[in-house]
Amino acid sequence: MKFIKFLLVGIFFGIVLVKSEAVSWYRIFEMFKFQSFHMYGIIGSAVVVGIISIWLIKRTRIKSIAGEEIVLPPKDKSIARYLFGGTIFGFGWALAGACPGPMYILFGTGAVTILFVIIGAVLGTFIYGVIMNKLPH
Amino acid sequence: MLVADDVSLLYKFEVMEILLQPWPWYVTGPLIALTMVLLVYFGKTFGMSGNLRTLCAIGGAGKFAEFFKFDWKGERWNLTVLIGAILGGFIAATFLSDGSVIDLNPQTVSDLGVLGFNGAGNALLPPEIYSWESVWSPRGLLILIGGGFLVGFGTRYAGGCTSGHAITGLSTLQWPSLVAVIGFFIGGLVMTHFLFPLIFGS
Repeated sequence: MKFIKFLLVGIFFGIVLVKSEAVSWYRIFEMFKFQSFHMYGIIGSAVVVGIISIWLIKRTRIKSIAGEEIVLPPKDKSIARYLFGGTIFGFGWALAGACPGPMYILFGTGAVTILFVIIGAVLGTFIYGVIMNKLPH
Repeated sequence: MLVADDVSLLYKFEVMEILLQPWPWYVTGPLIALTMVLLVYFGKTFGMSGNLRTLCAIGGAGKFAEFFKFDWKGERWNLTVLIGAILGGFIAATFLSDGSVIDLNPQTVSDLGVLGFNGAGNALLPPEIYSWESVWSPRGLLILIGGGFLVGFGTRYAGGCTSGHAITGLSTLQWPSLVAVIGFFIGGLVMTHFLFPLIFGS
């Protein structure tokens, strides 16, 4: 039963991302060409509403659904891993036109060949895990 | 003459029509933020790429790297979000779409034409890359698996993807996430502006 709420959030997220067209390869291309405000509007308004929401959560000290304190884990402080990793991610994001959420959502829309992107992404994650100690972080 | 029932039916029809059209950014952006807030309220965080690591762990990658030696059962909630996202994609495409063409900038459509992409916006994904015909060519397969590889490798190296860094990280005002997002754009811009003409041009 406790998983149902996660299933519903996932369904909601999937519908929103399809209806926003953020799952479209073309929208990603258009974004990187700076030819439309669409994607910037989506990400920008999500971040603005996100900042306000998180501020309210902290301010009101609202408890989680289980009645526990809400903790948002801080990211490790570093430059290299975010810059290098982010840039590699960006190459793939533009080429495949899909990031790790939309990959699955696109599969749901019936775009079966996205499975090859998912296979590639699992492979990439695996190789990272194997060689991570040799990379600057 | 309209009676109350007709009016409500007409109203329902209009609501349905609006739902079937693409939703504007100022609606979907805040709804994505709501996704994050709900997960935070459920005591979790929003990060879709973590599932890739979980899938590796389930597949037995722990035999090859410490990174995958963790109790993946603790991540079942996120796999459930993933399954939901697939269902959401199915529901949106099957019941909530009117088949409208993506309203791209005409300049984008023409730029894509130069790169050999025709009919831009008629589907979510370009058949030039995602059709089975393309998949069965070595170049097409390399683009899909290679693109996925870069996403998977990069996201784990950077410790998150669009949901974890661009949405959650920026919303919690963490500068490492800003660095990651700058990286996303460096990579995306170089790929789109400099590498696309080499990969798709001629």
